[in-house]
Amino acid sequence: MAEITLNNVIKRYGKIEVVHGINLDIAHNEFVVLVGPSGCGKSTTLRMIAGLEDISDGTVSIGPGVVNDLPPRKRNISMVFQNYALYPHMSVRENLGFGLKIAKQDEATITARVNEAADILGLDELLERTPAELSGGQRQRVAMGRAIVRHPEAFLFDEPLSNLDAKLRVQMRTEIKKLHQKVKTTVVYVTHDQVEAMTLADRIVVMKDGHIEQVGTPMEVFNHPVNTFVASFIGSPPMNLLPARIRGAEVVFTDGKSLPVPTRLADRVRDGQEVIFGLRPDDLTPVGHGIAESGDSARLTLDVVLSELLGTETILYTSIAGQEAQGKMFGPRDVTPGDTLEFDIAMDRAHLFDATTGKSVRAD
Amino acid sequence: MKNGKLRKQIGAIATWVLTFILMVIICVPGLWVVLTAFRPNGEVLAKPPVWIPENPSLNNFAKIFGFGADQVAIPVPAYFANSLIIALTSTAIALLIGMSGGYAFARYRFRFKNGLFLGLMLSRTVPGIALSLPIFMIWSRIGLIDAKLGLIIVYVALNVPFTIWLIDGFFRQIPKEMSEAAQVDGCTRWQAFWKIEFPLAKSGIASAGIFAFLTSWNEYALASNLTRSTDSKTLPVGLMDFTAQFTIDWAGMSAMAVIIIIPALILTFLVQKHLIAGLTFGGVKG
Repeated sequence: MAEITLNNVIKRYGKIEVVHGINLDIAHNEFVVLVGPSGCGKSTTLRMIAGLEDISDGTVSIGPGVVNDLPPRKRNISMVFQNYALYPHMSVRENLGFGLKIAKQDEATITARVNEAADILGLDELLERTPAELSGGQRQRVAMGRAIVRHPEAFLFDEPLSNLDAKLRVQMRTEIKKLHQKVKTTVVYVTHDQVEAMTLADRIVVMKDGHIEQVGTPMEVFNHPVNTFVASFIGSPPMNLLPARIRGAEVVFTDGKSLPVPTRLADRVRDGQEVIFGLRPDDLTPVGHGIAESGDSARLTLDVVLSELLGTETILYTSIAGQEAQGKMFGPRDVTPGDTLEFDIAMDRAHLFDATTGKSVRAD
Repeated sequence: MKNGKLRKQIGAIATWVLTFILMVIICVPGLWVVLTAFRPNGEVLAKPPVWIPENPSLNNFAKIFGFGADQVAIPVPAYFANSLIIALTSTAIALLIGMSGGYAFARYRFRFKNGLFLGLMLSRTVPGIALSLPIFMIWSRIGLIDAKLGLIIVYVALNVPFTIWLIDGFFRQIPKEMSEAAQVDGCTRWQAFWKIEFPLAKSGIASAGIFAFLTSWNEYALASNLTRSTDSKTLPVGLMDFTAQFTIDWAGMSAMAVIIIIPALILTFLVQKHLIAGLTFGGVKG
């Protein structure tokens, strides 16, 4: 159990730089999720922590010492791979005990630790099987078991759930969360799935193109995205981002429709500024069908283009200034395409981003 | 419906017949050699041909090994020993190089990798016999004519490109995460190779070994150029000892051919269980 510190970490392949100076402090026992689209450098960063990729510049520390020059085996970490990487020629028991055997632990310790891990993960019945005889979820559990038997300083997970079907993914997500509560250890978890990030993380690190865009608790990242990328990446369906211009105390869209500038942001914008107006679908709701009345709300009359009933809520596709915008309707009610509805807009939860930099006007 | 079924059946029968004819074409010469090994020389050239030996005996084998009344003055045991030493040594060396090379090509990024690999493959396009004259001239200068070492070097060179290519393919099939997982689990790179990747690539290495062994064991053209005496002559070259100026001892030659075939068969049977691939299934998402 240790803290992990990344100090200006850079990764280059030849002349191409793929990770551009990352700084990150991961606290003792913290569950940190690196999330971002593919190619954003999250897996490379994780592999640099593991020692599977050389660090081109900067330092990585696990616990008190810099580990840049230590091979993976000396970093006292465990890793769960996307494809599980179980050893196919060994039984589940041998897979679990492999690391301990390499560390020359005595038989009694190995058996005890393997049984302990099997117990935690419900693998007792499967110990004599080979990986080929296991289902996807069971393999995933063995991979996690292999990680916990060694009582490492930190767990590294590299997209561990992306090979599972949707139902199993949700189930294993809960198991990982429970596992972390049982086996208190520092966890660095890489995923491209923002739902996984939101549900698992103590802190989320949103990455793009080898840079960290934002670090924060799931709540912070969701409620206060620092730029349009984070705003659109976190949350499902994604935040509506609509180009507009500030005119006096109004946000004017390209088609001339306007809304008042959110009160809390009034002093952060200037007249004539080009902005992106950001609004989550949850905050664009037909009158009487929202979650809760907003203190600072506005109204717009919009045509519904399409509706998708999800059960307790319905996604409504509409258009603002020629751009598609999604709203949500809580409480079922028949809506047919072409209907015109009046929408409540929760202005106290609306966002404004600078159109040129993409940064939140609040984060400046 | 019925028509379709009938057509399918006819197709299946035609395939069987065609396969049978092809197999006969392939197998009959081999069968003839084996049968001839057990019959007296007189029966070989009989007209009409005698297919099944009338009095099968082991005389031909006894004869070439120097037992019984009429002996052939051919040092088969020496040839056998030469063949075995040359084939085994060259196979072992080719496998060692092939394993290192195959692993390097499969796992590492380095300069000129593609060019080097292509070059290795292109070397296979040159027929071995085309090189026999230059090899002969060089070997005669450095005293490797009629030496086992001379043939071993030639066979290693002949086999290495193929073993590298084959083993590279097998290592490529093993996800690199296996080795990485082992390294995170506490292995050095070398331990990860021996404990994880090597056992998984065993079938590939075994097949590469068989091919290398058979190439060296059966090679005739280069060996006949580079060998002179019992010091280095191999079994296929020894076969020519049965041809005299006016006669050919077909029965003796066949008996020796059978002796050449047997070790190759035994080896193939021994290693065949390793040839069954699919060992890596299950370790990763399936």
